[in-house]
Amino acid sequence: MSEKNEKPKKRTRREFLQDIGLVGVGTLIGGSAIFAGINYDKKKNAAERVRVLTAENELLEIDKSEASKVVKPNLENLTYLQKQGREGLPGKRFVMVIDLSKCRNARKCMAACNEAHHLRPEQHHINVLKMQDSKNTPAYYMPKPCQHCDNPPCTAVCPVDATFKRADGIVLIDNERCIGCRFCIAACPYSARVFNWAEPIHSLEDEGKTYNVELNVPQKKGTISKCLFSADRVREGKLPYCVSACPNGVYYFGDENEDAVTNGTTKETVRFRKLLEDNGGYTLMPELGTHPRVYYLPPKGKEYPFQDKDKEEAGERLES
Amino acid sequence: MAKNNTADKITSDLLRSIRLNWSFKIWFAFLGAALLVCLGAYGLQLKNGMVVTGLGDYVSWGMYISNFVFFVATSLIGMLISAVLGLSGQKWAAPLTRIAEIIALAFAAVAGLVIVMDMGRPERLLNVFIHGRIQSPILWDVTVITIYMVISALFLYIPLIPDLKICSEKLDVPPFVKNIYKILSLNWAGTSEQKKLIEQSTRVIAIFIIPVALAIHTVTSWLFANTSRVGWDSTIFGPYFVTGAFVSGTAAVIIAMYFFRKNYKLEDYITEKHFDMIGKLLVLVSLVYLYFNLNEYMVAGYKMKEFEAILIRDLFSGNHAVLFWSVQLFGLVLPIILLLFKKMRKPLPMLVIGIMVLIGAWFKRFIIVVPTMEHPYLPIQNVPMNWKIYTPTLIETLVTIAPMIMVLLIITVLAKLVPIVPISETLEQLETTEENKK
Repeated sequence: MSEKNEKPKKRTRREFLQDIGLVGVGTLIGGSAIFAGINYDKKKNAAERVRVLTAENELLEIDKSEASKVVKPNLENLTYLQKQGREGLPGKRFVMVIDLSKCRNARKCMAACNEAHHLRPEQHHINVLKMQDSKNTPAYYMPKPCQHCDNPPCTAVCPVDATFKRADGIVLIDNERCIGCRFCIAACPYSARVFNWAEPIHSLEDEGKTYNVELNVPQKKGTISKCLFSADRVREGKLPYCVSACPNGVYYFGDENEDAVTNGTTKETVRFRKLLEDNGGYTLMPELGTHPRVYYLPPKGKEYPFQDKDKEEAGERLES
Repeated sequence: MAKNNTADKITSDLLRSIRLNWSFKIWFAFLGAALLVCLGAYGLQLKNGMVVTGLGDYVSWGMYISNFVFFVATSLIGMLISAVLGLSGQKWAAPLTRIAEIIALAFAAVAGLVIVMDMGRPERLLNVFIHGRIQSPILWDVTVITIYMVISALFLYIPLIPDLKICSEKLDVPPFVKNIYKILSLNWAGTSEQKKLIEQSTRVIAIFIIPVALAIHTVTSWLFANTSRVGWDSTIFGPYFVTGAFVSGTAAVIIAMYFFRKNYKLEDYITEKHFDMIGKLLVLVSLVYLYFNLNEYMVAGYKMKEFEAILIRDLFSGNHAVLFWSVQLFGLVLPIILLLFKKMRKPLPMLVIGIMVLIGAWFKRFIIVVPTMEHPYLPIQNVPMNWKIYTPTLIETLVTIAPMIMVLLIITVLAKLVPIVPISETLEQLETTEENKK
């Protein structure tokens, strides 16, 4: 019994030692396995590649570790909007065609523009002028937005690059940078620019809004404002505010590269160059070499009479 | 012995003005108070925006810009009197060089402030340096005016060094003031080596200041001529502005000469001969300016191109006719005719003529800036009536006067700190005349 009793004791000790040995070896093997596994995982992750689609529609492969999530424009909104506003829309060359034979001075364009850009009633990004070129020629109404010249005198003289020309043809103003010297007003032969002489009328409601350089809202006291070809709407693929608001089919807007312009009233899309060719399109004061992107169709075959009350103002500058 | 007496008399005569008397204190207090009122007006402009001015989207440059051109113009006189006359050996102008340099420095320094007063966002001035674009004539203007200011300061300071030494020795002032004069005189001992050094450096500056001075006003004229606007779109604007600058600057020096001579009893140093000579100089520069005026208006007025005709009619017989013809007549033609008579080149008549010319010169800038802005290519419509015809406001006028007061303050203070007629040069001239007598 005693032997019996001793036996299990002995075995227990041997087994105990064996067990320790097993556990020890097991731990070593397991440990190195885990270690190796972790190392393997690390290496595997590093080698992993991901495919990304760039804004230029190019499929690229990069290391996953180098990929990071796009920072959504929230706090950094300001720089984002300003940067985006400076870049413009790739591949586009925006143009506007204004058909003077259709304009009856409804001024819906002016109202829509003033509302969108938070302007005072006496400030005009687009101004419908009563024109008469000489004594015997007919008077006509002429909407005049910024001409978005390809050789813009205004951007050349700006000392701080606050006003600039984008690759898509649009001339914008960054009122976060503008110093208010008004050299651009002096340089613009089309009188297209306005200045915030006083606190803008919407300044209370606009307070805290992120500045959008493509809308130029909020307007700021002591800085320039101008027609932007509604760059914010154009980015969304829509027509400019004035173009959509016109009830008389005066405006066409579109892309010179596509050779297509769309009428804001009828929504009809026509060939840009054919429209100019068929109707004798021209630009304002081509002799100044500014190369405007706004084209006019002459007031031929007007469908309305020029109002008598406007005749005096139209002929004001003619030599009597 | 007699020579030493004369030298002592000259030194004490020319140092006499450097002391604080009651008339100076009253004048200084008056200028200070007036400046405070004008700066208050500028405060209103900062608070409410430029709506306090008579400017609008069409006439967006008005009195402030006219004032700026006037200031840059007048500052050119330092270059004409000290450099051109000095280099061409016109010895008679030597006693006037310091007056001319002080005027140049004061007007150039304040011109920078005038342009800041015209800015809608003056707190963003640094943008010009951070985001500056070399394509813009404003950058050129900032650059050359800064250079001109520095050179003018040197041009004033370097010939002043011997006089500063005299000040530290002879002036009856507290010791610390004497020390300041002494430090500023840079160990001047009057050795021949030092004299040569000053002579050479003055000559180098005199040569260098000529192109820089031409540049500041040519570039200022380009602010206008580089636009397509009717009335500004002119190739002669550079020389037109530069010659006009000599007219207003000479008038400013004449006025300053009169008052310094009278108040500081400098009749022996700024003599009737000096008035006679500078009167002739004014005739010369005015004739050249008249010639450029004739070119500028005759060519446009003969052709009467569509839009230029509108401007020319406005100037010759329209809204601005009274101002236009007054400026030409009283600011240019009449002074030329009057100054041809020797009797008119005496101090008092010269003062009257100088004031006439200077006022004319200011309004001349107004006539260049404003009517052009009132007549753009396209008609001015659908805007308030007061945007079509520019009428400056009271606040705007006060803000325009502020820089003028600053200039008077700078001139007043500088003329109290240093002898207004160079002492050492006067002594040197005395020596040469004595030697010639022998």
